[in-house]
Amino acid sequence: MARITAGVATSHIPALGVVADLDKTGEDYWQPAFAGYDWTKAWQAEQKPDVVILVYNDHASAFDMKVIPTFAIGCGERFKPADEGWGPRQVPDVIGHPDLAWHIAQSLILDEFDMTIINEMDVDHGLTVPLTMIFGQPDAWPARVIPLAVNVVTYPPPTGNRCWALGEAIARAVDSFPDDLNVQVWGTGGMSHQLQGPRAGLINAEWDNRFLDRLEGSTQELRHIPHIEYLRETGSEGIEMVMWLIMRGALGETTRTLHRHYHVPASNTAVGHIVLEPVA
Amino acid sequence: MTERDDKVGDMRAYLDELEDIPGTRVFTVARARQGYHLNQFAMSLMKADNRERWKADERAYLDQWPLTEAQKDAVLARDYNAMLDLGGNIYFLSKIFSTDGKSFVQAVSTMTGMDLTDYQAMMLAGGRSPDGQRSKKDKN
Repeated sequence: MARITAGVATSHIPALGVVADLDKTGEDYWQPAFAGYDWTKAWQAEQKPDVVILVYNDHASAFDMKVIPTFAIGCGERFKPADEGWGPRQVPDVIGHPDLAWHIAQSLILDEFDMTIINEMDVDHGLTVPLTMIFGQPDAWPARVIPLAVNVVTYPPPTGNRCWALGEAIARAVDSFPDDLNVQVWGTGGMSHQLQGPRAGLINAEWDNRFLDRLEGSTQELRHIPHIEYLRETGSEGIEMVMWLIMRGALGETTRTLHRHYHVPASNTAVGHIVLEPVA
Repeated sequence: MTERDDKVGDMRAYLDELEDIPGTRVFTVARARQGYHLNQFAMSLMKADNRERWKADERAYLDQWPLTEAQKDAVLARDYNAMLDLGGNIYFLSKIFSTDGKSFVQAVSTMTGMDLTDYQAMMLAGGRSPDGQRSKKDKN
């Protein structure tokens, strides 16, 4: 039977991908941001997940304003890195797991989450930067990946509560898949950042760290944070953190933190990263 | 599952709060509707041949899109705050500054009234504090 063994959350700042691709991770400015992922790379080498359900948002790459799905699941065989205007990242193609993805889509819809099903799309830095941060620079990604795209660009995005509940429904879907698979759920984006307007550059380390604190244990406080609090406290793009709640919801009642990392700045953004495991 | 209901019952109050944040344009449905063609124009710059046509004659390229004159002027002036006011979204507008060879940090700093060096120094020192930046009405 398939089982969710861990949850990972990480920022997906595009500059981190550029720096990794140019082999500049050792530079003074970038080294502290990357160092916090060394533990995770070693841990993943032992974990060997079969599948990662990777929650992310597209940044006007695969989706423009013609179609704006709130929750979309990638059921295709393969997803190519997107050309975001300066050529695609030279990273491996992302290999999907169509059998599990279709099973999850079906289960979610019957569970009253009306998913958009996507068979062909390119995936941008929102998805490929987390792969680089967690898996490094292999010739092929060591796990199958099911992309789960969330609209956090056009308001309103889904509520935190809805995201958490979607995570719970994903856990039910994975539990009912007959094959023996080690599945992780990743939430990406955040932490505090604002990329627009005179208030750009906002960072709130205190709030971010309280968010990280509350991913652990059995508290459900995070699911009730309203959109306006993310906007006021963490900047207009901090809303991406609702995607972390899908990961948290998928881990069940109680979690334990295995690893945690926080660093400011990476270009305009606070880097946050946490590794959690469910506690039975 | 908890029994608590997190549905937003009062949409007017929800939207009013989104407009209460200093120095911020939340990409609401009103802005999404106003900026549809502006954002789709920006999106067109993802294609190399479009970038070439845009670079060759920006005004002529813009005139092929149903933008308002104010939107066209804001684009030509690279006035990103004005583009945000007219319905632009930063992820779409990023295609314009990427075509100009500018990074997010370079483009974002132009919206703050700070020069790039000061902006980067602020980020290195921990970023902009939220204090005084949370609410126009509460001034906190």
